[in-house]
Amino acid sequence: MIKHLKSAADLDAATATLILDTAGEMAALAGREVKKLPTLRGRTVVNLFYEDSTRTRISFEAAAKRLSADVINFSAKGSSVSKGESLKDTALTLQAMGADAVVIRHPASGAPHRLASWVDGSVINAGDGTHEHPTQALLDAYTMRSRLGKIEGLKVAIVGDVLHSRVARSNVLLLTTLGAHVTVVGPPTLIPLDVAAALAPGIKVTYDLDSVLADSDVVMMLRVQTERMQDSYFPSAREYSRRYGLDAPRMRKLPEHAIVMHPGPMNRGMEIAPEVADSSRSTIVEQVANGVSARMAVLYLLLGGKA
Amino acid sequence: MTSYLLKGVSVLGGSPTDLLIKDGVIASGGGKADETIDATGLVALPGLVDLHTHLREPGREDAETVETGSRAAALGGYTAVFAMANTSPVADTAGVVEQVWRLGREAGLVDVQPIGAVTVGLAGKQMAELGAMATSAANVRIFSDDGHCVADPRLMRRALEYVKAFDGIIAQHAEEPRLTEGAQMHEGEVSTRLGLTGWPAVAEEAIIARDVLLAEHVGSRLHVCHVSTAGSVEVLRQAKARGVRVTAEVTPHHLLLTDELAASYDPVYKVNPPLRTGKDVEALRQALIEGVIDIVATDHAPHAVEDKECEWAYARPGMVGLETALPVVLSVLGEQWELIAERMSRAPARIAGLTGHGTDLSPGSPANLTLVDPAARRVVDPAELASRSRNTPYAGTTLPGRIVATFLRGEPTVLDGKAVK
Repeated sequence: MIKHLKSAADLDAATATLILDTAGEMAALAGREVKKLPTLRGRTVVNLFYEDSTRTRISFEAAAKRLSADVINFSAKGSSVSKGESLKDTALTLQAMGADAVVIRHPASGAPHRLASWVDGSVINAGDGTHEHPTQALLDAYTMRSRLGKIEGLKVAIVGDVLHSRVARSNVLLLTTLGAHVTVVGPPTLIPLDVAAALAPGIKVTYDLDSVLADSDVVMMLRVQTERMQDSYFPSAREYSRRYGLDAPRMRKLPEHAIVMHPGPMNRGMEIAPEVADSSRSTIVEQVANGVSARMAVLYLLLGGKA
Repeated sequence: MTSYLLKGVSVLGGSPTDLLIKDGVIASGGGKADETIDATGLVALPGLVDLHTHLREPGREDAETVETGSRAAALGGYTAVFAMANTSPVADTAGVVEQVWRLGREAGLVDVQPIGAVTVGLAGKQMAELGAMATSAANVRIFSDDGHCVADPRLMRRALEYVKAFDGIIAQHAEEPRLTEGAQMHEGEVSTRLGLTGWPAVAEEAIIARDVLLAEHVGSRLHVCHVSTAGSVEVLRQAKARGVRVTAEVTPHHLLLTDELAASYDPVYKVNPPLRTGKDVEALRQALIEGVIDIVATDHAPHAVEDKECEWAYARPGMVGLETALPVVLSVLGEQWELIAERMSRAPARIAGLTGHGTDLSPGSPANLTLVDPAARRVVDPAELASRSRNTPYAGTTLPGRIVATFLRGEPTVLDGKAVK
């Protein structure tokens, strides 16, 4: 098993499949009266969060606690971080406390890579800048497999601000590894010039959302930050929504079985219409539940549990 | 003054001869000397001249001082360095440039020639007192806002024109700021994969294209700092073919390293302009050989540990380079001594109008020279650097050539590969 999970590229198909299978076993646990395993008793997992992300932090916290680990939440606010302590000094502090795993969320791309050079424990990337968010990709893959029975051969459209999206990068890498056919969709300003060469040569790029809907098994909508308008990536929220938003008429073009995903938090009415988000095709709430299972699987396997 | 006889030295790779250094100049014929140095197998080059050095004093003496930077320069084979203006306070007045110049004289290891800022505080708004710096004791001739681009086209035009009165030259840091907001590394496949904001090649090329047209329009001289892209080379090639008075430099690191190194997220590889692709490296090497790029300049940029041992995005850009420049150039060009002397000594001295440096090692010339052992190999160890900073991208790399001795006006600054003081 790999030691760190810094990028979805760290996962080959066998490892990724093992994590998804393990997540399935963890999910079965959620149905029991006592939702706890003793596996990580005595181990310490630190949640080191330099960005506000209640959703991801509590997901990791629940995952670690269900495995009986001791959890320390270390957030940038209300700690020495806000007094300007460097990442390296924080890392050395965590090292001295004997952290077995550090889950890090950070606004700077590559912060997990730096951290991994300073601590002995496992480093799990919980989202770094505009780089990656590999556990999000795992929970998304788990969700697809649960709903559609497989990943290999699925046609997945990832729609929106690919340029700034760590969710998109990790999903492109993981889904390609697992044999899905990925198309990235968005305005040309938000699709990196070399995206296929950079991430996965097999992926397709299109600027026309309508052209891919009829042939998609999965449509994954990315969160679009409205401040991108100020930087001339697109003219207005209204125009963005008209060209790249998933509304009810567009949803009707999807095949019967197709699902709609969103990593949250959503801009309802911008990239996704409320009636789409709340439809039976939407997996948005399931994704949250699956997040705990996927993160349990990652912690369990990285910290030496046997599958 | 101690005289030195360099026995069996190869001047620019020529057949072994004896070179007598006496009273600060190269003496004619052989003759007796106080000290004899066995220079068998060593190559003598005119002392190297660096048009682009950051010495950090005043303001960041924890990263480098004029003295420590001078020592690093001497150990790298340099006899003159041009100190960039982005100190704190900025070298935008006669007072600051004279202070740096005086500190250089006190250190006495290389000639330290201050570069003056083009605009007050490097802010790009108001022209600094260029004339006062030119007529100061520091005798400034090169002006640069390096670290920042003189982005305002009208201000750039005026600066190019204004310095004609004292034969000055504007050295432009070519970076269109609106195209590089938040930029972290070369924009391309690697930046996309790493999720780091891209610094597109066009941001450099667009400014160079504009500036060569401005220089042509007003008939002024322009020098382009740290050219880093294949496209910039083409713009320069065309401008030179038209007769525009433009010169350009390339750094050793842009001749050797590529953007793939950013994949480690180790900010020791973060530099501005950023490391580019293999294609760019190839074009820069070719341009240096052909003379489209006139000189190698180090852009020696020392940084304190805490400014590099951090997240990539928060790290300061820059690499130390004085002590590794000649070995890197040797590894890129091979033992083309005539070419190396031209690109690292004569041409930079000529561009700067610096007399007494970059001259042939013939009788009567000032004894500014360096002795290189081309057969030696060295594994770069950051801990051994004389610079106060350790941010070299070559740690653990084996590079050819060792600087054995350097003489400044006949006085050794380096002997046996060690600084004399």
